[in-house]
Amino acid sequence: MKIPISWLKDFIDLDGLSVEDIARKLTLAGMEVDEILYVGLPMPVYKEGEKHEFKTNGIAWDKEKIVVAEIREVKAHPNADKLTLLDLYDGEKDQVVLTGAPNIFHLKGTGRLEKPIKVAYAKEGSVLYDGHAEGQVLMTLKRAKIRGVDSYSMVCSEKELGITEESDGIILLDDDAPVGTPLADYIGDAVLDISILPNMARNANVIGIARELAALTGRELKVESPKLQVQPATSNLQSVTDLVEIELKNPEINPRFTAGLIRDVEIKPSPYEVQRRLKLAGIRAISNIVDATNYAMLELGQPLHAFDYDVLKERAGKKKVKLTVRSAKDGEKVTTLDNKERTLTSSNLLVCDEKGSLALGGVMGGLESEVTDNTKNILLEGAAWNFINIRKTAKQHNLPSEASFRFSRGVHPAMADQGVKLGLHYMSQWANGKIAPGIVDVYPLKPKDSVVQVTAQDVKKLLGIDLTLQQISDLLTKLDFKCKITNNQLQVTAPNHRMDIGEGAIGLADVLEEVARSYGYDNIPTTTMADALPPQTGNPVHEWEEHLRDLLVALGLQEVLSYRMTSIEKESRVVQHNTYVQFANPIAPEKSVLRRSLIASVLDNLEKNIRLSDSFALFEIGSIFEPVKNNLPNEPRKLAIAMTGLRKENAWDVKDSTTYDFYDLKGRLELLLSGLRLTNISYAGSDSILHLHPGKCAEIKIGAVVIGVFGELHPLVKEKYELGDSPVLVAEFDLEAVRGVNPTYGITPVSEFPPVYEDIAVIVDESVLAETVEALIKQTGGRSVSQVKLFDVYRDEKIGAGKKSLAYNLTYQSDKTMTDADAAAIRNKIVKRLEHAVGAKLRS
Amino acid sequence: MLDKLNEIEKSALESLKSVTDAAALEAWRVANLGRSSALMGVFSEFGKLSKEEKPVIGAAANRVKVKLEAEFESQVQAVKNAALAKSLEEEKLDVTLPGRTKFIGRLHPSTQQLRRVLAILAEMGFQVYTSREVETDEYNFQLLNFPPDHPARDMQDTFFIKTDSETDNPMLMRTHTSPGQIHAMRQFTKTNPQDPPPIRIALPGMCFRYEQITARSEVQFNQVEGLAVGKNITFADLKGTIADFVRRMFGEGARLRFRASYFPFTEPSAEVDVECFVCGGKGCQVCKNSGWLEILGCGMVHPVVLQNGGYDPKIYSGFAWGMGPERQLMLRNKINDIRYFWGNDVRFLEQF
Ligand SMILES: [Zn+2]
Repeated sequence: MKIPISWLKDFIDLDGLSVEDIARKLTLAGMEVDEILYVGLPMPVYKEGEKHEFKTNGIAWDKEKIVVAEIREVKAHPNADKLTLLDLYDGEKDQVVLTGAPNIFHLKGTGRLEKPIKVAYAKEGSVLYDGHAEGQVLMTLKRAKIRGVDSYSMVCSEKELGITEESDGIILLDDDAPVGTPLADYIGDAVLDISILPNMARNANVIGIARELAALTGRELKVESPKLQVQPATSNLQSVTDLVEIELKNPEINPRFTAGLIRDVEIKPSPYEVQRRLKLAGIRAISNIVDATNYAMLELGQPLHAFDYDVLKERAGKKKVKLTVRSAKDGEKVTTLDNKERTLTSSNLLVCDEKGSLALGGVMGGLESEVTDNTKNILLEGAAWNFINIRKTAKQHNLPSEASFRFSRGVHPAMADQGVKLGLHYMSQWANGKIAPGIVDVYPLKPKDSVVQVTAQDVKKLLGIDLTLQQISDLLTKLDFKCKITNNQLQVTAPNHRMDIGEGAIGLADVLEEVARSYGYDNIPTTTMADALPPQTGNPVHEWEEHLRDLLVALGLQEVLSYRMTSIEKESRVVQHNTYVQFANPIAPEKSVLRRSLIASVLDNLEKNIRLSDSFALFEIGSIFEPVKNNLPNEPRKLAIAMTGLRKENAWDVKDSTTYDFYDLKGRLELLLSGLRLTNISYAGSDSILHLHPGKCAEIKIGAVVIGVFGELHPLVKEKYELGDSPVLVAEFDLEAVRGVNPTYGITPVSEFPPVYEDIAVIVDESVLAETVEALIKQTGGRSVSQVKLFDVYRDEKIGAGKKSLAYNLTYQSDKTMTDADAAAIRNKIVKRLEHAVGAKLRS
Repeated sequence: MLDKLNEIEKSALESLKSVTDAAALEAWRVANLGRSSALMGVFSEFGKLSKEEKPVIGAAANRVKVKLEAEFESQVQAVKNAALAKSLEEEKLDVTLPGRTKFIGRLHPSTQQLRRVLAILAEMGFQVYTSREVETDEYNFQLLNFPPDHPARDMQDTFFIKTDSETDNPMLMRTHTSPGQIHAMRQFTKTNPQDPPPIRIALPGMCFRYEQITARSEVQFNQVEGLAVGKNITFADLKGTIADFVRRMFGEGARLRFRASYFPFTEPSAEVDVECFVCGGKGCQVCKNSGWLEILGCGMVHPVVLQNGGYDPKIYSGFAWGMGPERQLMLRNKINDIRYFWGNDVRFLEQF
């Protein structure tokens, strides 16, 4: 909320504190100042290298050049019908000022004014906002000839001075404005834009902030402001209690309703100073009566509603007005003063008279009983509402207002009558109304005072500071808590403007927070935890996943992290599922469900990027979401990989790079699994993996457990994406399955005897799998064959149709130096075994 | 005879000067030091000399031989050097041509930042604890002291899961990692309900808010929370722990300040600002000229939360703090659009 410093000064002496000092104190105490807007007061000047503290904006008014002046006569311009020449006195000299302001145009040629008009006068060289430019553009006022008349100064609009965006018409100051005084001294201001936290609703008003400042500075809060204490004047007017009665049907959500009456008001604009403050606070100035309700609300925090009493009286058949607050009937209608008909539900509260509904309680008034320019007598309502109920109603009808903002955060019922008194006071001042005696006050449900017991030990235990009960008491008293010390205990009673102090353990925490705030967070020491360090066990699952990420990155794969939210259409391009975890309130159609496939996420990312590079190798590790009927979904962790494009980057001397295929992916997976220390891995072709090419895909098994699948994307699936021409290879692992396999640790000792290397090539039927041949070699060679590496697969007519040649590098190793004869013996054994088992023939 | 030797020496050295390749060198050696060279001729005529001449001539002939051999060797070296210099010159590359690169992998920037944060927390004794992303209203809100319809819920707009029937405890996407606080406390209290052990954990993970996706707001983001619960933990300890963390995370000199704030699940609560590390506090775009960056929220665990976790607030106290790795990266790297993170544009990812 926006609070002008000038308004705060009505309630606290701020002498000697800069605007930044004030903003800093409030910010540290939980009322964060998001921005300081200067409207006339001098702005801080930072020297080179000096630290800033706040986001600042606005304009300072030059005290020499911008002053209060008075217009004594409005004369015609000799050469321009729409312009006037003002005879103006600036406190030192008479001046002639040219203006086109429409709001004094009607005085043109009426001779010397009976009552001079007070204005904001800017002399040559003043820096102002350009009144004709869009937005806020600074300009310096220069001498010029306009239609033959010398112009060197001006009377200012609100826009030129940075008060509002209003440029149509000049500011008409109040009659008591002191001519010749620098305008900055008269109405120069700075506005603090303060974020109000949910537990600080009590501070969404000027007095609330002033009270906090008083506590923070040790100064006095001048709440003893006479306007709050004044009871409605006793006079010979009829008391409001004789004219109006009130009935509350739902005290638990509407615990209090008060009303006062003011007669014979004269509806006109408010004094300029009132308008200015309202505008700086972000509220439009409308008329003295509406302004008075808003002004009192901003000042005290109690929203008010003004009814046209004569309309109510008319509806009551000129008899006693009877207001009832009750739940709306489902489907009941009310037209709110924004001229919208609203259909209500039973959770909404209606203020009614005997003829029907008048207002949506606590949220917005009704059209019929609204104050108009012809209103004479006003019934002013100040009521209390349950904040949750108001919050729901305001949401339901999409009616955020200054009133519902406050009511939906909680306004203490004790404020209701004070608000009415304050509102009536301003109406009497600004509209010359006469306040009727008395106040109607129906208060069936008075909230209990919050009382909390605090000990010095409580403060020590939670905050870590040693304070005496007296010190604690002093800190809380500054914030209007009532404190009583008895038997090493402090009995603390919350002030009646607060609803955020609970009872028992919660109340204790609430009060300790206030002790900490009042003491100052900055003054609390900084200590090292002395509490016992719990046993450190690590998080093996998390660490394992991080290790997996490192392995994947080492293999040249780029990690991506995707939205968990997707659409069924997007996912079904690659996998089809019948059920999904769906959102009740999706934010967009393409984010309406939780993903079930991590492959889909990675492919989406691949598709988005496909034009940006010639080569991709992406991976993601994350949860997918499997729906469970009437329960939380399963969130298994998965790994997905996608690769496509060039093996090597083409460059100025590399033109012939080939594209990734099945075996590129497989090689990486082999390295990955060996990095995880997994052995006993087998790869089995499969035709049941629907999204993969049936001839170019495989399941990865460890023993009988399938831990993942991989292969080339099925051409029909690939068609549904824009993924370029190269084959797309994908893999997906179930991480729980992978983690479930016990890794093999231990290494094979490195022999000190030299190995013997030999190549053999065997011709086998096409149907014989490489895996089978390799397994046979290893089995037969036993410990003597330390490595088997396939280096060539060859097909040729000479070998014969339906045959292939597999060529292997064999490494023989023994516990002694191996001779050629030893090697030959092993080789012969292997060849014989291959002949016997798969009909292999040694290729010479 | 001496004259002859001088003559041999002079002419041999003269001719050596013009020898510039290996073949000519060999020819010179044969001509001047070979068996049939003039110098060798002097040696072969040695026997004919007189007794007096022998030592004089012998010494002179040897001197010439040594001299020619030395000069020959140095010429061999010179020729070699010249050839090497020539070939080095010829092999000169344009060093400004681009090098041959290799496709490499990287971790997503969020993962990198999460690791930095978690590594610091691990050093401080906070161990990783993870929990689910789809939660119940109970765990995400109610047990954390957000009553239904409380204004504090406005701070965390929520994605709800569609169900067949209305319920008081709807499923939702967690709006923070704090449900993990309850999960962890309940898990720890199981081991010893009468005297549950102290807790020091880090809770990382993806969180979700119902917000329009713009440069400033996203529907998902990572969060890391630290939680400490024990019998002797104070707000002063919270300040000390945060100061320690900030020092490790942002450097020795990073100034910080605690501002009073509000979170339903902590009380007292605070926001922590760190002096802007982009401008050093002088004011810049990143800190909106304030000189401070809001980097984490913290507070003493609310008694209701301790109670719900099975820790008696009369005996135990604790603190928690939370922060966003993506926000840290944005501030540090002057990233002006949060959508980059899940956009996964390789041109963005490659820069980390
Ligand atoms: Zn900065």
